[in-house]
Amino acid sequence: MVRRPSPRARAAQWLLLLAVGAAFWLLAGMAGANMDRRHTSFGFGFLLDGHANFDIPFHLVSWRVGDTYLWALVVCVLNTLLVSAMAIVAATLLGFLVGIMRLSSNWLVRNIALWFIELVRNTPILVQIIFWYVAVLSTLPSPRLSILLPGGALLNVRGLYLPRLIEAPRAVVLWPLALLLLIAMPFLWRATLRGRPVGARALLLAVLAVALFGGAVSGFDWPALHGFNITGGVQLPPELAALWAGLSIYGAAFIAEIVRAAILSVHKGQREAALSLGLRPRHVLSKIIVPQALRVMIPPLTSQYLNIIKSSSLGAAVAYPELFQIFAGTVLQQSAREVEVMILLMAVFLSISLAGSAFMNWYNRHVALVER
Amino acid sequence: MLRRSTTLVAGLAAFAAWLSLGGPAEAQEVKSPTMDAIRARGQLACGIDTGIPGYAFQDASGNWQGLDVSLCRAIADALLGSADKVKYIGTTAKERFSVLASGEIDVLIRDSEYSFIRNTQLNLQEPAVNFFTAQTFMVRKSLNVAHLKDLNGATICLVTGTTLETNIADYNRANNIKINTLLFDRPEEAFAAADSGRCDGYTDDGGSVAAARSTMKKPDDWMFMPETIGGLEPLGPFTRSGDEAWTRFVKWVHYGMLEAEVLGLTKANIDDMKAKAGNDPDLRRFFGMEGDFGKLLGTDNGWSYRVVRDVGNYGEVYDAYFGSKGLGLPRGMNNLYNHGGLQTLPTWH
Repeated sequence: MVRRPSPRARAAQWLLLLAVGAAFWLLAGMAGANMDRRHTSFGFGFLLDGHANFDIPFHLVSWRVGDTYLWALVVCVLNTLLVSAMAIVAATLLGFLVGIMRLSSNWLVRNIALWFIELVRNTPILVQIIFWYVAVLSTLPSPRLSILLPGGALLNVRGLYLPRLIEAPRAVVLWPLALLLLIAMPFLWRATLRGRPVGARALLLAVLAVALFGGAVSGFDWPALHGFNITGGVQLPPELAALWAGLSIYGAAFIAEIVRAAILSVHKGQREAALSLGLRPRHVLSKIIVPQALRVMIPPLTSQYLNIIKSSSLGAAVAYPELFQIFAGTVLQQSAREVEVMILLMAVFLSISLAGSAFMNWYNRHVALVER
Repeated sequence: MLRRSTTLVAGLAAFAAWLSLGGPAEAQEVKSPTMDAIRARGQLACGIDTGIPGYAFQDASGNWQGLDVSLCRAIADALLGSADKVKYIGTTAKERFSVLASGEIDVLIRDSEYSFIRNTQLNLQEPAVNFFTAQTFMVRKSLNVAHLKDLNGATICLVTGTTLETNIADYNRANNIKINTLLFDRPEEAFAAADSGRCDGYTDDGGSVAAARSTMKKPDDWMFMPETIGGLEPLGPFTRSGDEAWTRFVKWVHYGMLEAEVLGLTKANIDDMKAKAGNDPDLRRFFGMEGDFGKLLGTDNGWSYRVVRDVGNYGEVYDAYFGSKGLGLPRGMNNLYNHGGLQTLPTWH
């Protein structure tokens, strides 16, 4: 009985689980005893009770000094999500481009891609982020010498200042309506009206959406130099740009290799068959190779996206106010709740990563080859 | 007159103690788990800054230097007999108190401010102030501002995990203005951002701002604002609670360096002065020729002499790192009480 592998293996697994559980229990007990000894209590009440006496320089939703720590958490999570989402989109686009370049028959194109990948992949990401930050800062002029961009935008060492739309009261109704029209457009494109496909005529909806959007704009808030800084408009700080560039470029190098591997995994017979059917090389790539390669690349792409999300915490080095910087720095110092803040940070990052992972797994099942 | 009478009282008290307990040798046995651990290890584990001019930095040959480092060296010298028996552990602003509380270091000397929360909630001891300062602003001269309030709308770079942010938030609220902040993890990037014009200025305690200015491409383009905020910032070593003898030891090493300056003892003249001590009671006590100034602390009587010989008196150390030979910061608040400063010390009896 005991010699049979399966009960023995099962017993070993249970023992291991028990040991891990006991270790956690012991650690928690020790932490509790240590905190008692240091006269500190444990609890997350400070998130609601405590008032954050600090400013968060960049925020997507309203933030005032004196809001609760919980609201600071929301602001920081949004900042983390913003830079992560921006970096994931940019890294994917750039990664696809470089990955396909890497397989080009043109020597120059192929080697540019090779050098890009090897250079970026083999230097630490933190160094790259700081490099981009210093590069951004040292090339741009001071606010007094701002570069005027077409459309009234200003660019200087403090960031990119875009004109801000001032909404008329009717925007509350018109803007969501415009968004709905945009969402409806692709469905209408595919639909049929009196037996005939609608097709490009669906673009009318987009024109209508733009008109609705514009109709609710009552004016512009133009950025202008005022005192030390540019006031008015929307500021995109250089910290965001540097972190975005660092994360995107670093991620792109890895994604390029994933793309290359996925494309090479498609049997070359597929390519030859497509060519012999008379498809153009462009169509061979877009209609035959990439759809099949996509199935291979989704799982490694998922872990790459998770890496980008986690690496966004390096924004602390370049003053981008993301979750790690504000919570492991300012909030930890002001509230003196080290254990709670660290647990909170891990829980939030874990939730974001698990949500991202769940979405990618769903998408993977969606595109996976159904074996018959 | 005052000194003599206290000497008399102390003498009588010692005599009484000797009568009742059979002599001072047995009367005072200093018990300190931290000191025992340091002796067993043969090294003082000193938590310092990861690198900032003035307080703690590495020189061209890789040796640690600075005001805080000198206190580490003095403590090691007093306890172990050599100023080089120190293991330096760089700590960041975020982690410093956790590192101390965990027992990884014996003492934290890292330009850290003494505060209510640190003493009570963090349950740490604050034995002696080795640097008085206040939150100072450094701005570009080209901004043409005279007062802190004129900085409304300006952006200031600073390092996160400190009391600086709170002070600025309070100042903004009290004056109904908005000084923007940009928070960095480490000073290096904050310096770079200030130098490039991303921020209009940089803020930290006075000593650190002087250090920051020395790293700018053109230090002369920058000026210190006349006002400080957040009140007085006393910086000094931290020890864990529960080992009073060790806290006392750290405190008296600092006072020893001050006493040496009061008595005019320097690195250069200490041996001469020891030879010439003669009957001067102050010198005899300082050199441990009489009294139990070592034993009562838990070390030998020669500790104060060694500290001055190997590290120097407080004024010498200040001059070397912050004063004329260092960052060029006037002695100001850190002068001795009898020279208009705040550095005071109990009597050496």
